Amino acid sequence: MATPDLSPAHTAAPAYPAGLQSQLFQYVLQLADTSLILAHRLSEWCGHGPILEQDLALSNIALDLLGEARSYYQYAAELEGQGRTEDDLAYLRSAVEYRNPLLVEQPNGDFAHTVLRQFLFDVFHYELLAELKQSPDARLAAIAEKSLKEAAYHRKWSAEWIIRFGDGTAESRQRLEKALRTLWRYAAELTAATPVEQALQDAGLVPHYADIQAKAAAYVVYVFEEATLAMPTEAFAQPGGKLGRHSEHLGYLLAELQYVQRSYPGLTW
Amino acid sequence: MTQAEWPLWEVFIRSKQGLDHKHVGSLHAADATMAMQNARDVYTRRLEGVSIWVVESKHLHASNPDEAAEFFDPAADKVYRHPTFYDVPDSIKHM
Repeated sequence: MATPDLSPAHTAAPAYPAGLQSQLFQYVLQLADTSLILAHRLSEWCGHGPILEQDLALSNIALDLLGEARSYYQYAAELEGQGRTEDDLAYLRSAVEYRNPLLVEQPNGDFAHTVLRQFLFDVFHYELLAELKQSPDARLAAIAEKSLKEAAYHRKWSAEWIIRFGDGTAESRQRLEKALRTLWRYAAELTAATPVEQALQDAGLVPHYADIQAKAAAYVVYVFEEATLAMPTEAFAQPGGKLGRHSEHLGYLLAELQYVQRSYPGLTW
Repeated sequence: MTQAEWPLWEVFIRSKQGLDHKHVGSLHAADATMAMQNARDVYTRRLEGVSIWVVESKHLHASNPDEAAEFFDPAADKVYRHPTFYDVPDSIKHM
């Protein structure tokens, strides 16, 4: 194959067997939902950041994730082939149809809480994209390669803050530990394969989670050591988001995210 | 968090290889690492740079505007300090 033009306009979705194509659609949609919901959460900080410089940093990360989400939604729309657009997928699906893991829909809390949510996502996101860019699916690989550089910076940013909070003042540490008690239970879902993911992994289209989980965990251990934080021992994990079982928070988030399109269908500007 | 302000840092950006770093503005940060990340997030969002320098503002020493007259004016009438009084032979190119 000659060097392919990977822009959506030039690459028709590859033809997979129908079952596999449907699973790939669901998987790409899950990636899209994950990035969109986290981008929206971060965008809630716009104008409310602790200092101007960090307000911008949060908005930058939100925009990176939104761009990534758009690429996935565009690809998902093509894989589905039912005439739905990226906007239809983002704005006209209900909460139970969303497939993001529970972690990314959790409310912002204080800055430490947002930073920890971001860090737990970033370490996973980075390792996932590093593997996904090797995918035999050219579109997924191209999106992953572009997003990997952004994810590398996100991880650097959030890790830096984890270290500052953990190894900072009594108050910063106490706030981070409080966030850890709330958020840790949602980390495991990121690398717990759903039946759809399992099928795609077995087909060799997307990476298995074992390696990703091990590398992400090693990075968390390394950063927590720098931050003088104890690794949580709590074994309780709360999955469900990737199967459409969400917390109540997602409904409120979508109400705001989808308000304009729901109230004025087809509105553009 | 204490009410103490984080120190001020000056930011210099090189817009592309081969050009000089130019002063683009300032920001607040707790230390050099944070200043560098803040500079990246505040000043290079639109592809403005390929390299960043940050320096804490207290380390920059500026000339005193009140002394501008004695500092700079004396150079105004020293035209002989420009190398413009030489005849360049025709065979010398690219001068």
